[in-house]
Amino acid sequence: MTRRLLSRRRCLQLTTAALAGLCSAGRLFAAPPGSPRFLLVFLRGGYDAANTLIPYSSSFYYEARPTLAIARPDPQSASGALALDRDWALAPALRDSIGPLYQQRQVAFVPFAGTPDLSRSHFETQDSIELGQPLSGTRDYRSGFLARLHSVLGAPRSTAPSAISFTDALPVVFHGPDPVPNIAMKNVGKPAFDDRQVRILSGMYAGHPLEPAVTSGLELRRQVAQQMQAMSDEMRASSRDALSIKGFELEAERMARLMRDDYRIGFVDVGGWDTHVNEGAAQGTLASNLAGLGRGLSLFAQSLGPEWNNTVVVVLSEFGRTFRENGNRGTDHGHGSVYWVLGGQVGGGRVAGEQQPLERANLFQDRDYPVLNDYRALLGGLFSRLWGLSSAQCAQVFPQAPPAELRLV
Amino acid sequence: MTPEAEPAAVSRSSLAGLSGTVASLIVLGVSACTAPAARNAPAVPGALAPVSRADSEWLERTSFGLDSQILADYRRAGRERYVEEQLHPAEAPLPADVAPPAAPLPDSGQLLSALHQQRKAINALPDGPEKDAARKVLNDEGNRQAYQAMRLQLLRALYSPAQLRELMVWFWLNHFSVFQHKADLRWLIGDYEERGIRAHALGHFRELVLATLEHPAMLEYLDNAQNAAGHVNENYARELMELHTLGVNGGYTQQDVQQLARVLTGVGVSAGPAPHLKAEWQALYVRRGGFEFNPARHDFSAKVLLGKPLTARGFAEVEQAVTLIVRQPACARFISRELASYFIGDNPPPRLVAAMAQTFQQSDGDIAATLRTLLLAPEFSAARPTFKDPARYVLSSVRLAYDGRTITNVRPLLDWLNALGEGPFGRQTPDGYPLNAASWESPGQMSRRFEIARAIGTGNAHLFDREDGSAASATGFPQLSNRLYYEAIEPTLAASTRSALKQASSPQEWNTFLLASPEMNYD
Repeated sequence: MTRRLLSRRRCLQLTTAALAGLCSAGRLFAAPPGSPRFLLVFLRGGYDAANTLIPYSSSFYYEARPTLAIARPDPQSASGALALDRDWALAPALRDSIGPLYQQRQVAFVPFAGTPDLSRSHFETQDSIELGQPLSGTRDYRSGFLARLHSVLGAPRSTAPSAISFTDALPVVFHGPDPVPNIAMKNVGKPAFDDRQVRILSGMYAGHPLEPAVTSGLELRRQVAQQMQAMSDEMRASSRDALSIKGFELEAERMARLMRDDYRIGFVDVGGWDTHVNEGAAQGTLASNLAGLGRGLSLFAQSLGPEWNNTVVVVLSEFGRTFRENGNRGTDHGHGSVYWVLGGQVGGGRVAGEQQPLERANLFQDRDYPVLNDYRALLGGLFSRLWGLSSAQCAQVFPQAPPAELRLV
Repeated sequence: MTPEAEPAAVSRSSLAGLSGTVASLIVLGVSACTAPAARNAPAVPGALAPVSRADSEWLERTSFGLDSQILADYRRAGRERYVEEQLHPAEAPLPADVAPPAAPLPDSGQLLSALHQQRKAINALPDGPEKDAARKVLNDEGNRQAYQAMRLQLLRALYSPAQLRELMVWFWLNHFSVFQHKADLRWLIGDYEERGIRAHALGHFRELVLATLEHPAMLEYLDNAQNAAGHVNENYARELMELHTLGVNGGYTQQDVQQLARVLTGVGVSAGPAPHLKAEWQALYVRRGGFEFNPARHDFSAKVLLGKPLTARGFAEVEQAVTLIVRQPACARFISRELASYFIGDNPPPRLVAAMAQTFQQSDGDIAATLRTLLLAPEFSAARPTFKDPARYVLSSVRLAYDGRTITNVRPLLDWLNALGEGPFGRQTPDGYPLNAASWESPGQMSRRFEIARAIGTGNAHLFDREDGSAASATGFPQLSNRLYYEAIEPTLAASTRSALKQASSPQEWNTFLLASPEMNYD
């Protein structure tokens, strides 16, 4: 029950670790204006990339998906799929949200992207991506790639960019020695404690190794609640109805607020992409998920204001889905996916990376998109450019994966 | 509101009118308690002197938190006899008001066969609303089955006097972790806990490994159900050595993983009739519940594991392989270290681990004997307090708050555990939840804990709602300044905690501060 004296060494370890938590909660750290921001959006469940970035020049796509294929773009139509170039079109569900960003060169798509992991298991592949370690060798479940990036950029020192996970639990990608605060943006009510109670609660931990974690945790709750209050006041002032946005859009707007002011590395996940049955085509399950995602990202960009120019968002998923539709008007677990890279200054308005014509002969194991753009090389290249990492630093984040130069930033 | 009061429900309205008086009484009560504990023992008839600080710490560490029942058992028996009782506990039925019906649990075979039949019937329906509705009914039933399993686990952890067994059930479920949302596991986790884990939690390690190996939940979770001659799947073979028995540096090679994967071909799951087999294979076919060893799927070629040629055939070869693995010194060391870490934190003293490993090996993997070495070691008593993982934090808080008064609704507990990232059967990856403190003491975790402390301390938190979801009849907030508190907890409080308690402006707030205190977060 009681606290006995902790050894000096353990005490020091705890204090250093907890101090980092304090800084990353945004109290000691003020990011210089113009320092880069990075948000990783993980679509859990394996989203159907082929019905998002539609390979409309491939007649094999239309053969393989008799009920699910999305019609070729029609230049006369203002709804339907939106042609991005001679081969690829954007799903109708994203036309109004991501379409304009693409035209402003603020979105690039990287097809045939993914991991060499072939388990085709959701959790196995999600983990292996979040860990970002070489597939050969033993996995260290305590070391995710955003945590390693955070360390390379200086954590636990207060000069490191502050990191946050917009999730209920800390995701694998942030597992590491330096504590990263986490708070889901879905339901951020009023904080449970008033100032007096916060003072008393913190007082119980005065001088305790957990003191920094306790004060930083209570402070984060207060800070988030304040930001949300300010946000809803602003929205009322501009006579926008805060209740009209919900789901991911609402979360995205709140995330933008926190990333605009206090945080530089963020993570969020979005579920509901595992479309084995009744996936839908231009409309349906996938389309409405995509529409919500697209609106959320567009709102995120808008809410960051001028800071959108210093921000990069990557959207990814554990794997793509089978190129052919299955017997239940859905698709099954596949391999290669399409990653999205968004930001005010990204090398956008194009479909980037290694590509192949989509013919049957080019399918991986006669069923999936192959992986031609390894996610570790892709993200490593991106991080190197964003933060000017040396190749040794990049190798710390993604060991044995030389960064790829896709001119994404 | 005096310390002598029995835990009682106080309605909000009666308190609102009294808050000023109550607050001053509470402050008085608490400040009085800063006097030496012995002089301050509650004047309850039959009350005993506080247990020593060392004893209450020891007891806290070997349970899901103190309650009056284990305190009485400990006082009656003394430490050594208490250890023996806990290592060989009698059947401990749940309190009648929350016990499940006495009907025998269907085994995994019956469960799977019923499930498959329903699924077949649904697939035969034409597409349309009727089919969708039937799918939903089946899905809801899966959720109900999983809920019942989790409910039973939590109620036993809260109320069984065999607390050590409950800790070990939690530990082994985490060691042989399965994830309820994979395949049909929601239907299987109840049986997995009962027959796969609980029956052997204090028994022999080899039997425990075999019980998990023979359980459809494990075979589905780690894909061995798909492992067959010509289509080898190494997933389970690897984890069986890496996570379950030898540890990652346990001296096996990739070659051993491949050999063990071949040993495990044909070890799978079936809910249908036995397959037609040629005569020489019929005698080798094994079926227990939903577990099946199918010789037609087994690779009968010769294997060498950990340098030893395997001589047995069929499922006997699997048993021989398991025996060989669990008798490795690496296994004794790995399991001993994991056990010690669970009880006394990240870096257990190497000498203690070595002593446990020696017991483990000499007793051929007797879990109770290994635990005895741990629990009675001076290093165990001398170890620094360890940060409670979410399960220990939430369960010990509810045990203290309601001390033996049975809750009727475990959903709030599940919500809290999920919010803290340690939901039962909720770990996706086979490594189980981490046992190190660092994983649970992040800023987000701490503020969440305090909110849970507040939920428990200031009201009934829906813990007494009925199973059908209807709200309970009047229950107020718990009375944490109870006899248990004065006997075993108050004497251990640090000055900073006492000072916080003194500043509480209501009994609810006092409860919240106590549950949020460092003392309640460590054992």
